[in-house]
Amino acid sequence: MAQPSKDLMAAIAATRFGLGARPGELSEAASDPQGWLTAQITPRGADLGLASNALSASRVRSLREYQTDRRDARRAADGKTPEEAQAERDPVVAARRLIRESAAEDFLARARLAATTPAGFRERWALFWCNHFTVSGIKLITATVVGPFEQEAIRPRVFGRFEDLLIASTAHPGMLLYLDQVQSIGPNSRAAEFFKRRQRGQGQRPGGLNENLAREILELHTVGVDGGYSQADVTEFARCLTGWSIGGQREPDKMGQFVFRELAHEPGARTVMGKRYSEDGVMQAAAVMKDLAASPATARHLCGKIARHFVSDTPPPALVEALERSWMTSGGDLSAVARTLIASPLAWSPTPEKFKTPYEYVISGYRVIGGQPAAVEHLAGLTGMGQRPFSAPSPKGWPDEAAYWATPDALIKRMAWAQQFSAVVAPERDPDAMAQLALGARLSPAVARAVARAESRPEALSLLLMSPEFLRR
Amino acid sequence: MTRSPQSSGGLSRRGLLGAAGAAGLGISFMGRSAFAAGDLAGRKLVVIVCRGGMDGLSVSPPVGDPDYAGLRRGIAIPAEQALRLDDTFGLHPALASTHALAMKGQARIVPAMASPDRARSHFEAQDVLETGAAGVYSTDSGWLNRAVQAMSPGRRVEALSVGATAPLILRGKAQTGSWSPGPAGEGSPRLPGLLTDLYAGDPLLAPAFAKGLDTEAMAQTASMSTMQTEGGMSGQAAGGVQSLIRQGQTAARGIGETVAGFMTQPRGPQIVAMSAEGFDTHANQGAAQGQLANRLLYLDALVDGLRTGLGPEWANTVVVCATEFGRTARINGTGGTDHGTGSTALLMGGSLKPGGIVGDWPTLKANALFEGRDTAPTVDSRALFKGLLGDHMGIDRATLDSRVFPDSASVAPVTGLV
Repeated sequence: MAQPSKDLMAAIAATRFGLGARPGELSEAASDPQGWLTAQITPRGADLGLASNALSASRVRSLREYQTDRRDARRAADGKTPEEAQAERDPVVAARRLIRESAAEDFLARARLAATTPAGFRERWALFWCNHFTVSGIKLITATVVGPFEQEAIRPRVFGRFEDLLIASTAHPGMLLYLDQVQSIGPNSRAAEFFKRRQRGQGQRPGGLNENLAREILELHTVGVDGGYSQADVTEFARCLTGWSIGGQREPDKMGQFVFRELAHEPGARTVMGKRYSEDGVMQAAAVMKDLAASPATARHLCGKIARHFVSDTPPPALVEALERSWMTSGGDLSAVARTLIASPLAWSPTPEKFKTPYEYVISGYRVIGGQPAAVEHLAGLTGMGQRPFSAPSPKGWPDEAAYWATPDALIKRMAWAQQFSAVVAPERDPDAMAQLALGARLSPAVARAVARAESRPEALSLLLMSPEFLRR
Repeated sequence: MTRSPQSSGGLSRRGLLGAAGAAGLGISFMGRSAFAAGDLAGRKLVVIVCRGGMDGLSVSPPVGDPDYAGLRRGIAIPAEQALRLDDTFGLHPALASTHALAMKGQARIVPAMASPDRARSHFEAQDVLETGAAGVYSTDSGWLNRAVQAMSPGRRVEALSVGATAPLILRGKAQTGSWSPGPAGEGSPRLPGLLTDLYAGDPLLAPAFAKGLDTEAMAQTASMSTMQTEGGMSGQAAGGVQSLIRQGQTAARGIGETVAGFMTQPRGPQIVAMSAEGFDTHANQGAAQGQLANRLLYLDALVDGLRTGLGPEWANTVVVCATEFGRTARINGTGGTDHGTGSTALLMGGSLKPGGIVGDWPTLKANALFEGRDTAPTVDSRALFKGLLGDHMGIDRATLDSRVFPDSASVAPVTGLV
């Protein structure tokens, strides 16, 4: 494939690999577009990373306190007048609002980084892995830890080894809570024996196995649905994982932090995908994950997903193979895989094949004007476009294909957003210059003409934001 | 049933004859379809995909099955709270409107249905349920879209999905509409026209945008008052969980009524795909009340909204709720259930014939459970959908066997439901 011109490559670098060009970005990238991207790969990982899990622990603590207060308020309200009961409830309602607000602030901080970073590729790479290891804020408890999960488990490791990323994600309270691992107990563990004795004859069996996390690690995080595992492998891996949990209210110094509960761990050796793992406490599940991370099936699954995310819903097989080779020879070094992606000519096709997700779309809109969202309410349009903040529909994360996002309704919602956004920001800006700065060599004559002929500046910016080349990357 | 096959603008008689001849089908088939061709135009089908693996053993608890209470323990629906259907089955107490329909012969259960997929993966199973293929990843279009294509040559068929994103079941070559609650923007009135010009020739954007503008125009005409409830959720949070649940029910009923309002307009959709989410109850799923019960309250309200909104058109309608798989017959260690196999599908609508359960009940005896853990499926989801598309929407068997549900000739439709 003939290589596109430097100017076109700069426009592709900023939009396909990055989050859209901020004013001036295309000229910065123009002299060496590929070098401009690789310079964004940093061993310390992505921005906003946190070295310890203290933030998530404090969020879990606040949430548990809130739950206790709510229970107490309900008891206290028994037999009181509605006014008195309301007074008991008010502080609880306020606490819930604060918890919700902390999640909103996390999301806003992430969006502001994305809108302002000069290293758009680094952030896109981080967002890919955040979505790959989805923790969704569909419950109150997970909503408060999605942000900390991304900052603590994912961001510091996105240019490290996949194995480390996998284990950090699995051991994080956010993932343990989201996929119900916290309460999973080995059926023959001492904890289960204890519960059986205590709860004999009562309805629910409190001590038992939950296979949710084990299944999703196999199916989504590593080897993939065709990775060659069976129901028995899922169950065996779930047994390995028993004991991986978080500290509760009776353990004040460990509350909301990872703990390994020896008593809940299913004793004995396990066989997962044909390999035997001897009893090794917390390390038993870690050993399984190390093997899963090293599996060629994982490389195939993940490299296909990377190529689909960055390049095309149907990426060239040769591109996927190049990424796989890089993955396997480097032992799952994600910075090596990122370099291979940038270096591959197949990733630089002049035709933009990807339709932006709502988040990418809205962020790229802010980048056009060199601005950033001032309040989380300004991002409310994402929900209407189908991508409610921190609320992926399932552990699989947000889908990545045009067929999912480019629906009639979503286009109407994007048009509505573009019009509201333009009405506020366009009046004092030059639309022709914005079109050039945002798309550079990707700007088509038809769109340039439409922008130039618009009857108002807001109309011109709306046309740019809704143009085929701006909706795609 | 051999009424005149003359139809006004309905299914082409020649097309029918050709298809029937090619498939070597008998005269009884011809009679039924010829009859159907006369009044097909008004027939309506709503498919609600319940995502996450809806627990059939709670939706239609087999309280008369001697093994049910023991397997389910704390999350079993108590027999005295289940809404009675027959000696074996009841409905979950949250499904009061559905039960009222059942008492009128307008709701039935399919208690042991599954797609052909057995991997217990949400994503794979939803793919198979929605593509209508025999296995995963064999096609990237949905069976409901291919059904629209199959009906389209002979008559005008409109289809709509509800939600901002496109469900796989309705993706494919036939251009369909989509809609979700929320205000459309105001601004330059020229913009839609200018964008239509810019999108000319764009295979993705041009048809989708045109359809979006159509639906938007329809939304202006349909009653929008009910949609305000959706936007009003956040301000009312102070009333606690019960009031949130009530608001959820009101919002769901409002969506049902609004969609029904689309369906009753002159060029409104006859085919609608919707999703209900949040059925993945691994932990604390609850029994007569709780997490799953709330989801079912919303589902019940959504269908009730459809019914009231459709008014007399309810008599021409079938609503089917189906899920990707059921859940384990036993309660798990965390007060929930894990991914299983067979589950309940719900059928509702004024077009339904009264009757008992659809398909056999395999029972919950230890040796009857699929792989010793799940409700064993007795009905292939394709059989149910083929039966509805054939008898209710008038698609011939040969087309169903080959195009709508590829390579499914061996899966016989469940007939006689309408």
